Amino acid sequence: MTATLLIRTGRLRRARRRMAVIGGALILLLAGFALTLMQGQSFVPPGDVLRVLAGHDVPGASFTVGQLRLPRAALSVLAGLSFGLGGAAFQIMLRNPLASPDIIGISRGASAAAVFGIVVLGIDGPMLSVLAVLAALGVAVMIHGLSHRGGVSGTRLILVGIGVSAMLESFIAYTLSRAPSWDLIEAMRWLTGSVNGAQLSLALPLLVSLAVFGGLLVSRARDLESLRLGDDTAAALGTNVARTRLLVIVAAVGLIAVATAVTGPVAFVAFLAGPIAARILGPNGSVLIPAGLVGALLVLAGDYVGQFLLPTRFPVGVVTGALGAPYLIYLIVRVNRAGGSL
Amino acid sequence: MTADPAISGPARQPGGVRGLWLVAWLAVLGVLCALSVAIGTRAVGLEDIAAALRGQVDSIGQAAVAARIPRTVLAALAGAALGVAGTVMQGVTRNPLADPGILGVNLGASLAVAVGVAWFGIASAQAYIWVAVLGAGATAVFVYAIGSLGRGGPTPLKLALAGMATSVAFVSLVTAVMLSRGDIAGGLHAWQIGGVGGATFARMAHVLPFLTAGFALCLISARKLNLLALGDDLAAGLGERVAVARGLASLGAILLCGATTAVCGPIAFVGLMVPHLGRLLVGVDHRWLLPFSALGGACLLIVSDIAGRLIARPSELDVGIVTAFVGAPFFIWIVRRARVRDL
Repeated sequence: MTATLLIRTGRLRRARRRMAVIGGALILLLAGFALTLMQGQSFVPPGDVLRVLAGHDVPGASFTVGQLRLPRAALSVLAGLSFGLGGAAFQIMLRNPLASPDIIGISRGASAAAVFGIVVLGIDGPMLSVLAVLAALGVAVMIHGLSHRGGVSGTRLILVGIGVSAMLESFIAYTLSRAPSWDLIEAMRWLTGSVNGAQLSLALPLLVSLAVFGGLLVSRARDLESLRLGDDTAAALGTNVARTRLLVIVAAVGLIAVATAVTGPVAFVAFLAGPIAARILGPNGSVLIPAGLVGALLVLAGDYVGQFLLPTRFPVGVVTGALGAPYLIYLIVRVNRAGGSL
Repeated sequence: MTADPAISGPARQPGGVRGLWLVAWLAVLGVLCALSVAIGTRAVGLEDIAAALRGQVDSIGQAAVAARIPRTVLAALAGAALGVAGTVMQGVTRNPLADPGILGVNLGASLAVAVGVAWFGIASAQAYIWVAVLGAGATAVFVYAIGSLGRGGPTPLKLALAGMATSVAFVSLVTAVMLSRGDIAGGLHAWQIGGVGGATFARMAHVLPFLTAGFALCLISARKLNLLALGDDLAAGLGERVAVARGLASLGAILLCGATTAVCGPIAFVGLMVPHLGRLLVGVDHRWLLPFSALGGACLLIVSDIAGRLIARPSELDVGIVTAFVGAPFFIWIVRRARVRDL
């Protein structure tokens, strides 16, 4: 009897801990969202912000809050959620924190497609998102195929991904240099990611993709967690491994690609969100939703820091890139110390 | 420990065959130089080319050809430097994926120059090179230190990842430095993608001493690199001071890629491809491999430059983009070829 009691209290404790983490992250995210709406170059009191959000016309605040800050903050949160969810899904599925879409080249694929679509084909909106998703899926299939040689080894997958990234990066640079007007700020979006010039209409594809792909991922969270234990164990636990893997790949690539088509490949958010969330959450259930929230916080905070806290205005990708690279190095060093094999 | 299987080629070849290869490659280099002067965005007649080679710059065609001459020389020099630097790095790290671009060394030089220009107001070409060499050296030591921590030493994956992380951070930092100085941001492009356009003999003269010193150091180290390939213990047993040999050869490679980056910007993958092709032709003896890497690198960069001029007519493609397009598939091919436990 005591055994079941122990298990039950353990479950309860873990569920409580999980809810506390998710609740805390949500509160932090809301506070950050509110803060970015109120404080920018100038301060807008909370009352005015609420009235703008309710649709009233407030002189001096309607434009700054409604046209500049709200779209920016909304896109940051939505894109961050997508990056966090998609990145964590890949890391869990491939059982390797280094196998995140921005390291193995999938984000670069979406970015290259977006640049090609805008510069060469002259399309935007939903069509661009579709193109980015298709291209990212194509890159995912290509990387998988290239690293397949009597079974896919994680090491080879990552190295092949690095090679594919390098090629896509120079394709992006080439296409950008052919653009009619070489605009540094616009170019920065596709090289490092940025939410400059955000429009609320761009939030729609993000919302749709979060609802469809994000919903699919979260509904598969339990199967995904069982993949962590290895394919055989997962199958023994009743998970249809092949189907889960396919669904997860499509959903995660979809999330990453749509977000990349809007904001560009915001450097390292997909890579950072999962491990940070896992560290905070501990072994208390699926890391997916916390990772999404951490991703949103990262983009929101990175954009705020890039805009207001540094001597010059930087796009968010520069901030997260400078933040993420030391973490990647730390990861390499730590794994080496532990004597594990990378 | 034996040499890495991925970097083994024909074990021994008679000197005559290698001599023939040397002559053949010299001829190829000559032909490519001629092509590089003759072919370009603008079609120029034979008389104009001949006139320009005699120093006349009366027509637009002659001026175009006159601009192509220093460009060809720079491409040859930079290619040779990167090829030799790549070979030495692969020898020193005993790692088939080592390359000044992949290890982030070229971007380190790039960042150092960007910081120097933006914050310390360096302007002379001489200062550029010193700063670039210092940046390249610091980055090489940093990346190698991270990649070789822990058991197993510097495996290809750890080195490649350490290089990639460093590159991403440096690209972010170069961007940050440039964005904070709007007046020099136009040069941002040049510090992220390498090219040989706009070369002049005056600028090349500044790097020549550095390149000469680098080439000399690398060639002197050829025999030491052969010993290092046998493994540290065996090399020490044969009377080689391993640390000194490593340091000397690395210094040469760093001088070469720092100086090259100071003139051309970061160019990746040349140093990766050339040694592998060279080993297929002449085997693993560095005394032959290094000269071949120089020749091969020069040929490769000239071909890439010509291709860049032809593909994107009427504009041009920076040579750094072309080498990435050729080099990345090559990188993947090496990764695929190696067995999992070697990675």
